[in-house]
Amino acid sequence: MSARSRHWGAAPDRPALALRNLSKVFGDVPAVDGVDLEVRQGEFITLLGPSGSGKTTTLRMIAGFTLQSGGTIEIDGVDMGHVPPYRRDVGMVFQNYALFPHMTAAENIAFPLQMRRVGRPEIKRRVADALGLVKLEGLGQRYPRQLSGGQQQRIAFARAVVFNPRLLLMDEPLGALDKKLREALQLEVMHISRQLGATVVYVTHDQDEALVMSDRIAIFSRGRIEQLGTGEDLYERPASLFVADFIGESNILRGRFEPAGDGGWLVRDPWRWQVGAAAAARASLEGGSAAALVVRPERLRIVGVDAGPGLATGVNAVDAIVRDVLYLGSMRKFELVLPDGNAAVVRQQRGGGGHEGRAGDRVRLTWAVDDGVLVADPHG
Amino acid sequence: MTDSWRQPRRLLLLALGALTVFFLMAPTLVVVPMSVTASNALTFPPEGFSTRWYEKMLTDPQWSSGFVNSAQVAFLTAVLATVLGTLAALGTVRGRFPGKSAVNALVLSPLIVPVIIIAIGMFSLFVRWKISGSIAGLVLAHTALAVPFVVINVATSLRTIDRNLELAAMNLGADPVRTFRRVTLPLILPGVLAGGLFAFITSWDEVVVSIFLTTARFRTLPVEMWEQVRQVVDPTVAAVATTLLAVTTSLLLLVLVVRRQAPAR
Ligand SMILES: Nc1ncnc2c1ncn2[C@@H]1O[C@H](COP(=O)(O)OP(=O)(O)OP(=O)(O)O)[C@@H](O)[C@H]1O
Ligand SMILES: [Mg+2]
Repeated sequence: MSARSRHWGAAPDRPALALRNLSKVFGDVPAVDGVDLEVRQGEFITLLGPSGSGKTTTLRMIAGFTLQSGGTIEIDGVDMGHVPPYRRDVGMVFQNYALFPHMTAAENIAFPLQMRRVGRPEIKRRVADALGLVKLEGLGQRYPRQLSGGQQQRIAFARAVVFNPRLLLMDEPLGALDKKLREALQLEVMHISRQLGATVVYVTHDQDEALVMSDRIAIFSRGRIEQLGTGEDLYERPASLFVADFIGESNILRGRFEPAGDGGWLVRDPWRWQVGAAAAARASLEGGSAAALVVRPERLRIVGVDAGPGLATGVNAVDAIVRDVLYLGSMRKFELVLPDGNAAVVRQQRGGGGHEGRAGDRVRLTWAVDDGVLVADPHG
Repeated sequence: MTDSWRQPRRLLLLALGALTVFFLMAPTLVVVPMSVTASNALTFPPEGFSTRWYEKMLTDPQWSSGFVNSAQVAFLTAVLATVLGTLAALGTVRGRFPGKSAVNALVLSPLIVPVIIIAIGMFSLFVRWKISGSIAGLVLAHTALAVPFVVINVATSLRTIDRNLELAAMNLGADPVRTFRRVTLPLILPGVLAGGLFAFITSWDEVVVSIFLTTARFRTLPVEMWEQVRQVVDPTVAAVATTLLAVTTSLLLLVLVVRRQAPAR
């Protein structure tokens, strides 16, 4: 495709998309409830969240299919308030592809160019380029029903990018495909988007997909953005119990927060765990409030209970009983029960010299203070 | 073995079905042998074989002008009803406005209101408007009767197409008119054509309203038949009836073919 478009790569200082206090109410149910989001030019943003959290509704408002109940949408600095969908210059890939069944693959891809009154020779050239981009040269004359699911999705993708839209929206585009194909297409969609310099808003409820593809991820919950950040931000520094729970596996220790110096303690009799200064600062909780310490499974070490009281400073510990040991190739996964009855998970690299726990063993779990993330516990 | 006790039941069912079809079809099909009788009277069973009633039908100016008038009225009705019915279906399926169900009921009402009442109403109105006895008047009247068939066919097609296709078209830059022309219309075309054929048939064999709105100088085929049967019972009527039946049947078969052409997903 011919280098970068007039839009993609233009004005890098101005956000490609800005949502401000965006909301949508159906009847009296708030589907989207005050979303703020700025997407930079060329950025790949994923909206990730459980079913019904408002991802599709947000996307439909950006595309102009649904009118927002409140807030504003700006694309390239222009307010979209009164701009109908066919003048927004936004490409969309639907989950069920939405290819026109009465047109061939090539005619489908040519459609947005015809609507823009591009000349015939140029349409021909750009359709051929787009087919090449998604590696389907030669299949242009097929009708959608003559193509496999993965091929249809590639055509839908080609159709959405062929006119160099200012923004590319995708709503679970790979949701209907099997795992293997999905993983191959994830990489392909990501690489082509980068190659084109496209600004992408992608919707999925598959967290691995989000982590693989995105520059940043917006975690949706009940119509709001719970946290916005890179995959690493979300995994290493979840801002809430919801995010900690939603992204990856986590061990959650509940208690009350007691500040001390820069850091503090999370207390749950008879245990107490030290909270690092950085973690305490991020959470900025009042003394005595219900809180939880989040520790990722690969940050925990299993030691014998008889390791004694002589724990090094900067290390926290809790006792647990091993329920199950699962061998996952290069990994070993321990499932345990904490004294309060909650479950815990530990992942160990094999050959890392860790404790050889067996089901039924009483063990001690330890972790570096800095590996614990403090979050408020809304249910505490 | 399990079929042994089913066999008599199936035979009974088959016999009942055949009997029903016979009762439904016989009165209609009886005109076919009657139209080739050699005798001068309309009789069943026919006596001898002759095609002279068909010859008479084609040469008698009254019958042939009836043919031309019927074909004209039915064609114009089909065109008008298809356009109006398609628009009405779009409005009632896609639109959102107060009183939508009332409008829908009004559009479909000619299916329910007794035709004789419609005929009397139209007659008194059309006489005042001075379009009674004209081709325009009859086309308007038949259109009112035919529109419900178009609306029902097109609305069914509209409900089965994926709404995302129209959204995709708009998203790709097509305004509402171009979305309709390039995406919606091609997808509902089988329904539109079926509706148009039904509209043609509705007008083609309509007699009640036509009796009120035609004159001796301008008659459609069914009205001509009605007039002739009341005066002289001449087997030409059977020839005309057979021809009418043949046209209607082929159009209905065409509807079936058209419906099969639903775009593959
Ligand atoms: N047209 C509508 N009318 C009424 N309620 C709606 C409508 N569309 C969506 N909703 C509601 O709005 C909420 C958000 O729906 P939305 O489709 O945006 O969720 P989502 O995050 O895309 O979920 P999923 O992952 O299941 O696709 C849901 O509670 C849904 O029931
Ligand atoms: Mg959705």
